[in-house]
Amino acid sequence: MSAPLLRVTDLRVEFPLARGVLHAVDGASFDVDAGEALGLVGESGSGKTMALRALVGLLPRTARIAGGSVEFDGVDVLRIAEDERRALRGRSIAMIFQEPMTALNPVMRVGEQIGEGPLVRLGYGRRRARERALELMRLVGIPDPEQRAGAYAHELSGGMRQRVMIAIALSMEPKLILCDEPTTALDVTIQDQILKLLASLRERLGVSIVFVSHDLAVIAQTCQGVAVMYAGQVIETGSVETVFREPRHPYTLSLLRSVPDVDDVRELLSTIPGAPPDLADLPPGCRFHPRCPFVQVDCVDGAFPLRPLGGGRSTACIHHELAAEDARREPVIAGG
Amino acid sequence: MAEPLLEVRDLSMHFELRGGLARRLRRQPNAVLRAVDGVDLELARGEALGLVGESGCGKSTLGRCIVGLYTPTGGEIRYEGAELQEKRDRATRRRIQMVFQDPYSSLNPRMTVKQMLSELLRAHDMVPKAQIDARCSELLDLVGLGARSLDAYPRQFSGGQRQRVSIARALALEPELLVADEPVSALDVSVQATVLNLLEELRQKLGLTLLLIAHNMAVVRHVCDRVAVMYLGRIVEAAPTDELFANARHPYTQGLLRAVPRLVPGRESTAAAVVGDPPSPIRLPSGCRFHPRCPVAQAPLCVDADPALGAGPGLAEHVAACHFAWTAKPVTHIPDVERGVREAR
Repeated sequence: MSAPLLRVTDLRVEFPLARGVLHAVDGASFDVDAGEALGLVGESGSGKTMALRALVGLLPRTARIAGGSVEFDGVDVLRIAEDERRALRGRSIAMIFQEPMTALNPVMRVGEQIGEGPLVRLGYGRRRARERALELMRLVGIPDPEQRAGAYAHELSGGMRQRVMIAIALSMEPKLILCDEPTTALDVTIQDQILKLLASLRERLGVSIVFVSHDLAVIAQTCQGVAVMYAGQVIETGSVETVFREPRHPYTLSLLRSVPDVDDVRELLSTIPGAPPDLADLPPGCRFHPRCPFVQVDCVDGAFPLRPLGGGRSTACIHHELAAEDARREPVIAGG
Repeated sequence: MAEPLLEVRDLSMHFELRGGLARRLRRQPNAVLRAVDGVDLELARGEALGLVGESGCGKSTLGRCIVGLYTPTGGEIRYEGAELQEKRDRATRRRIQMVFQDPYSSLNPRMTVKQMLSELLRAHDMVPKAQIDARCSELLDLVGLGARSLDAYPRQFSGGQRQRVSIARALALEPELLVADEPVSALDVSVQATVLNLLEELRQKLGLTLLLIAHNMAVVRHVCDRVAVMYLGRIVEAAPTDELFANARHPYTQGLLRAVPRLVPGRESTAAAVVGDPPSPIRLPSGCRFHPRCPVAQAPLCVDADPALGAGPGLAEHVAACHFAWTAKPVTHIPDVERGVREAR
């Protein structure tokens, strides 16, 4: 197999605080193949957004990258100069944010915003940039593109704004699109439209996607691969198909079991006792051990890196057979 | 059926929007936003009713009218058979309480939990003065927070814990009806489960009647006995939960159910479950409000005639507002909103 388009190895992002160091991302590793959609899933504070932002150098000012490497198309993005990174950003790697209203320019017509990249960075003429903008608007399913191109962001609905964001992201034919909770602010019918649009664009254009979300069902519908994050670390990776049906980490298992499933009604939802750890005061050993239902004596100290399991899967749990057994006893997801 | 605890009849809540200067100079009437526009609803004692719909459908406004935060512009709300007046007395207000969506903005940041709870207990004379402290601890115990939390401020709690405090605050007045407006949508998945389980447990223990307002169909399915679906200020379908999920009759409900992302990997269909955006509640479509997005709408019937909310043959508990709810549906077509897009491709 050829090398992946994106390979993130042991990425670390820290925030220095008065009371110590906050480890927002603390050893995250995952790969994204060309044409693949990878879901980066976790609860708030798990480090998924920071990991995504580190890939393109869009971290908050107070953050620092403390280690690891991000290889994109054979280049280590963390070790190139800022102007080289800027050349990559928007061009080969595009981003789609959660809240399109704050990500779009409120005083610029959306057609101009979509054509701006080709105009400024690809050297298109005005007329050609405008044509390209209309073509992209048609591609993302915006009705009446000639008329809508003259609209401002506030005149569009939430779903249309997100379509504009996607058109901008596609405007320079990127190889990779980073999506940060792109549908969290949208209604369920609009979310459904946008997810299906992203999936069809990925298939048609062969672009890779990293999809950050807290919603496991959204990941199941959009992605082929998944990386589950907990307390700054990636604790399980593999195909959505295998990880969701037979998780090999107790956290993945607990998370999947706590989601209310619209097709499967249970008396009580399972819950995860306790709360995620303080990222500036992490527990020793496996970070999930204080909340883990299968905790063993050897979980409380030592390091817990991702270990390959074969079949393209890996887990950080040293007793992963316990989670697997539990999943076999009682199926994690209904149907299928 | 016994007399319902709460009865809502033809309720409307219209907001008049102040027009711009040009509009006022031309003496044009102000635009009216019809957030709730003729809603009938009943809640039996001890029942959990889920109210679902997309943002802007009026579900929160309806909830706020019931609690008394808004004075409806039309229709009536009856509680145990008596109409609720515009100005409610303290005893009535006590019986209907609310839990809000955002536990960060709905708690007073400068009051400890004990101050919050004891203020309520005192103002409504819930318990003798000497027992206030004991009752505060009892309330916290009820929602699964330790007595240690009594002297804490809201900022010292996590989102899930704050929502527990909100619930304790609502329960302090021993309400009969609890209106919960998106109580878990601001919380993480694993925390959502604990709060949903708590609501379920409290309902069993205290015999509460619950109106759960939510956009998440899965949440509603887990908690509620009956579900009502709202679209543009109207209830378009209502049925017992299992019946609604197994046998939805309104095309909007059917689309809503198809749009919910499932945990089962992969997609069944690449076509959007519901096309287009919801129209503005200021300029409502003619006839059936769903017709511009409806896959089975027929001209001129659906464009001209507003379907009434009617029960199915032999199904007194299942009502739907669609001309074709109880007959064979016409062949699915592509609604106008989507046609423009497809032709452009």
